Amino acid sequence: MTLALENGRRQFDYWLTVYKRTWKGTLISSFLLPLLYLAAMGIGLGSFVDGNGTDALGGVSYLQFIAPGLLAATGLQIAVGEATYPVMSGLKWQKFYFSMIATPLRPADVVFGQFGFIAFRVASTCAVFLVVIAAFGGLDSPLGLLGLPVALLVGMAAAAPVAAYATKLDNDAGFAMVFRFGVVPAFLFSGAFFPVSQLPNWIEWLAYVSPLWHGVELCRDLSLGTVEPWLALVNVLYLLAWFLVGTWLAIRGFNRRLIR
Amino acid sequence: MSEQRESLVQLRGLKKAYGAFEAVRGIDLDVWRGEAFGFLGPNGAGKSSTMRMIGAVSPASGGTLRILGMDPATDGPAIRARLGVCPQDDTLDTELSVHENLTVYGRYFGLSRAECRSRADELLEFVSLTDKAKVKVDELSGGMKRRLTIARSLVSKPDLLLLDEPTTGLDPQARHLLWDKLFRLKQAGVTLIITTHYMDEAEQLCDRLVVMDGGLIAAEGSPAELIRDYSTREVTELRFGPDVMLADHDALAGKVSDLAQRIEVLPDRLLLYTDDGERAVAAVHERGLEPAAVLVRRSTLEDVFLRLTGRTLVD
Repeated sequence: MTLALENGRRQFDYWLTVYKRTWKGTLISSFLLPLLYLAAMGIGLGSFVDGNGTDALGGVSYLQFIAPGLLAATGLQIAVGEATYPVMSGLKWQKFYFSMIATPLRPADVVFGQFGFIAFRVASTCAVFLVVIAAFGGLDSPLGLLGLPVALLVGMAAAAPVAAYATKLDNDAGFAMVFRFGVVPAFLFSGAFFPVSQLPNWIEWLAYVSPLWHGVELCRDLSLGTVEPWLALVNVLYLLAWFLVGTWLAIRGFNRRLIR
Repeated sequence: MSEQRESLVQLRGLKKAYGAFEAVRGIDLDVWRGEAFGFLGPNGAGKSSTMRMIGAVSPASGGTLRILGMDPATDGPAIRARLGVCPQDDTLDTELSVHENLTVYGRYFGLSRAECRSRADELLEFVSLTDKAKVKVDELSGGMKRRLTIARSLVSKPDLLLLDEPTTGLDPQARHLLWDKLFRLKQAGVTLIITTHYMDEAEQLCDRLVVMDGGLIAAEGSPAELIRDYSTREVTELRFGPDVMLADHDALAGKVSDLAQRIEVLPDRLLLYTDDGERAVAAVHERGLEPAAVLVRRSTLEDVFLRLTGRTLVD
C-alpha cells in the first residue's frame, strides 16, 4: 500500500506535465459543453416545462431538476473520454506505459497513476460546473455541494471498467461502441432530463442498472435536500462496486498487456 | 581471474513460450560486470524475448535467471531500479519536450526534481542534444530520438544497460555517433547488453557475444574467437561474370574444391574459405580458370553469422 502510494507520487510530475500541455484543448469539451446543455435545457426548455407545472419533477424548477443530473452525467462523460483514447495511446500509440514499467513502477502502479489523473480531470471539471450551477440558482440545498464527490464516484465507476475494456482492444474502433451503446443512452435515459418512471417498464429497469442513474439520483437528492439515507447508501455502494470490480479488471488487463 | 568476475546476469536453461510457440528454448549464459555483451541473430531468433526477461518485464516460462543477484519473479521493481532500458521501439512521449522526457522519467526512479533536472542537463550534453532541450520530441530525427532514448535509460545511473537494436533504422552518421556514445559508456564502466543484427556493430562494441538462432545459442565467444572457430582467416571471392549460370558455378566449384577448407556457391560468385586467400587465387589461375573479378578479404562476423544461421530468409 505504501509502495503503491510512493509509486503513484512518482508519476505526479508526468501527469502534471501532460496536463500543462493539454489543458487548453480540454476547455471546450470539459467546461463549455455542459454549460451549453445547462443553458439550452435548463433555461430554454425549462421555461417551457415550468409553465406547464412541475408536479412530475417533485415541484422544483426544471433547471433545479436537471442541474444535478447534468453534473453526474458530465462526470461520466469526462471519465469515459479519459479512459478510452489516452489508455489506448499508452498501450499502443505512444506506448508510454511500456516505458513506465521498465522502471520500478508495476502495472498496477501505472493503473493507479492513470486513474488518479482521470479523477483529477473529473473533479476539476465538475467543481467548475458546480460553481456555475450554483450561480444560476440550480442548487436548492447546500448539501448539493456533495454532488462533487458523487460525480467523481460516478466518473470512476465508469472509467475503471472502460479502461479495462480498452486493454482488450487492438484499435480504437471499439470505443465508438462504448459511446454509442454506453455513454449516449446512459446520458439520455438515466434520469438526468426526466424521471425514469416515465419510461416503459423494461427500459426503466435498464436505467437502474446504469451507474449513471444512481449518480443522478444521489446528486439530485442532495441538491434538493431530499436524501433518504438507506437509498443513498445503496447508490454509493453500487457505484463503489462498479469502481472496485472495474479496477480489478483494469489491473488484470494492464498486467496481461504489459507483461508478456 | 574467473573467481573475481561478478555475474550481473545469469541464465540457466532459460525458456520463453508464447502459447505453443517457443521463442527461447533453453539458453545458458553469464554476463560479467564491465563487459559489453552482444546478442546476435536473425529476426525471430529469440533475442528480444531474452532481453525482456533480463529487463524483468517478462516472466520466464522455464529455467532460472538471476539479474544483479536477484530473482525477477520476486524482485522485479528492485532489479528495474538498477537497469537502464533502451527498447527497440522508441517509447518517448512525443507530446513532451526533450528535457521533460528525461526529468519525468527520472521521477519514476524516485529521484528528486533537482536531481532529475541536473541529470537531464548532463545527459543532453552527453548525447549532443542540449540545443534541442525545449523542442518537442515529435520534431526530432530518428537518430536524435535514439540518442534521447539512450539518455533517458541513463537517468538513473544504471549498473546494467540493455540496448535492443539501438541503431536499427538509422543512417550511417547517426549510427557512428551512437557507437561513439556507447563506447564512452563502456569505458566509464557501464555493463552493456546489446542485441543487433548488424555485424559491424557487434564487432565494434562487443567484448563477447552469442549468436542465437531458433531460440537457442548457436555459438559464444569474442568476435575474434568466433571468426577463428567458425570461419577461416580469409575469404576469396571469385566472380565469373554475368553469363555464368548457377549450374556452371557448381561445376566450377568442383574444380577448386580442394583449394579451400569450405566453398560456398552463390548465384553471382564463389566463396573460398581459406587461411591464405592469395595462394588460393594463384592456384585458381594455375588451373586455367579466369574469374572476371577476384577479391581477397578477411573473414568477418558476417561470415560466421551466415554460416551459423544460414542464408535463408527467416520471415
